[in-house]
Amino acid sequence: MYKLIFYLTAVIAIGAAGAILIVRHPVHAALYLIASLLALALLFFLLGAPLVAALQVILYAGAIMVLFLFVMMVMDLRPASNERLALPKGWRVPTLLVAALAVELAVVVFQAPLSGDEIWVSVGPKAVGQSLFGTYLIAVEVAAILLLAALVAVLYLSRRSRP
Amino acid sequence: MSFGHWFLTLGGMVLMLGGLLVTVAFMVYAERRVLALFQDRLGPNRAGPLGLLQPLADALKLLTKESFAPPFVDRMVYELAPVIVPLTVLMSFAVVPLSDAWWLADLNVALLYVLALSSLGVYGIILGGWSSNSKYPLLGGLRAAAQMISYELPMGLALVGVVMLAGSFSLVDIVNAQDVPFIVLQPVGFLVFMVCGVAEVNRLPFDLPEAENELASGYNTEYGGMRFALFYLGEYMGVLLIASLVTVLFLGGWRGPWLPDVVWFALKTFSVVFLFYWLRTSVPRLRYDQLMDFGWKIMLPAALVNIVITAVVGIAWM
Repeated sequence: MYKLIFYLTAVIAIGAAGAILIVRHPVHAALYLIASLLALALLFFLLGAPLVAALQVILYAGAIMVLFLFVMMVMDLRPASNERLALPKGWRVPTLLVAALAVELAVVVFQAPLSGDEIWVSVGPKAVGQSLFGTYLIAVEVAAILLLAALVAVLYLSRRSRP
Repeated sequence: MSFGHWFLTLGGMVLMLGGLLVTVAFMVYAERRVLALFQDRLGPNRAGPLGLLQPLADALKLLTKESFAPPFVDRMVYELAPVIVPLTVLMSFAVVPLSDAWWLADLNVALLYVLALSSLGVYGIILGGWSSNSKYPLLGGLRAAAQMISYELPMGLALVGVVMLAGSFSLVDIVNAQDVPFIVLQPVGFLVFMVCGVAEVNRLPFDLPEAENELASGYNTEYGGMRFALFYLGEYMGVLLIASLVTVLFLGGWRGPWLPDVVWFALKTFSVVFLFYWLRTSVPRLRYDQLMDFGWKIMLPAALVNIVITAVVGIAWM
């Protein structure tokens, strides 16, 4: 049963990610990206990380993509255009990088085949919190300082210029 | 899982869905009657005794209407949007415990799950506004996006106090931890959650995405028939969800003396629903800048201060 759900979700995640490349309208592409992110959240859940799954939905699918859509709604009001999809030059390097990743992934998978039958442990939110504020305390604090710096920068950039 | 387990789960889901639909239908009827009483009118009282068959008549009317889509809409998104709103709310109800023994799922991240789904529910409204390709719906959708992001944040933060007191995200554990209802220990958290809850389901005084007299009816202007009804259904189910969350998180859920668990739960929930009706009759709509100021400058700091105070008092107590 879990295997069935896993494969179904994986197919949805990859299919939706592929569809992003094909569809013409940016808002439709954003919708496929949301679908892909949601499928990824379910995969996290199946792997025994409910907290990560919830955060994936809240932060990526629920907050960041809403902002994406918000900006698109302000900028782009035209209906789907029928222009042919052109491959700009900027595609070459990313394609190479993705190909390299794919090769690496294939090597890793074929060297240590995953049986899919390993017993995994579900890590609850409490355990994640304890390890974040125990073992990884310094990393958390550094990330917090980085976010604070970003906040201050945004406040500075968005201030009203006084005459 | 055994066959019996599957049967129970599926049966529970069907029961929950059916029950919710009937409850919501009668919530609409109750709101119309209550609003009428507040305004010294009678309200719908013609269909059946006391007008009790009104929900049925409404449903029949909406279902038999032609399912018309204007030619200028973005077809795929236009049809998807009205489904998202009730879907996300319905999925949230899976983790709401009606009594000690009546719940469909007891996740250890239940509270986050509900917040996640409520943040996904925004899409229905935004996409409904965008796909209509028309100016009032677009404005409604934009407002909805800004409003729901702004109020989701304090809403989540208001719950941190509750989670600290209960020591768990599971709604069942939270109710079990309330020997004293958390409204007594977390009055600020309750207020912030309640206000943000009203804003999340776009009810007066926060119904700017719809705002009849400035935006026609906002994001759902181009919708009709059953598609419109789905938005409507989603909104009322959202009210019910927020009310049951307030009950579970702050009012002690199903716990209470003498009466059976489920009765207590229903009593508390519908008292909160009544509060929604009451607000609608008594408070005028906010202006847009007031809405944003209120969310970011009052609700968010209040929620943050609440967390700090809860933490400090909690440590001193221990």
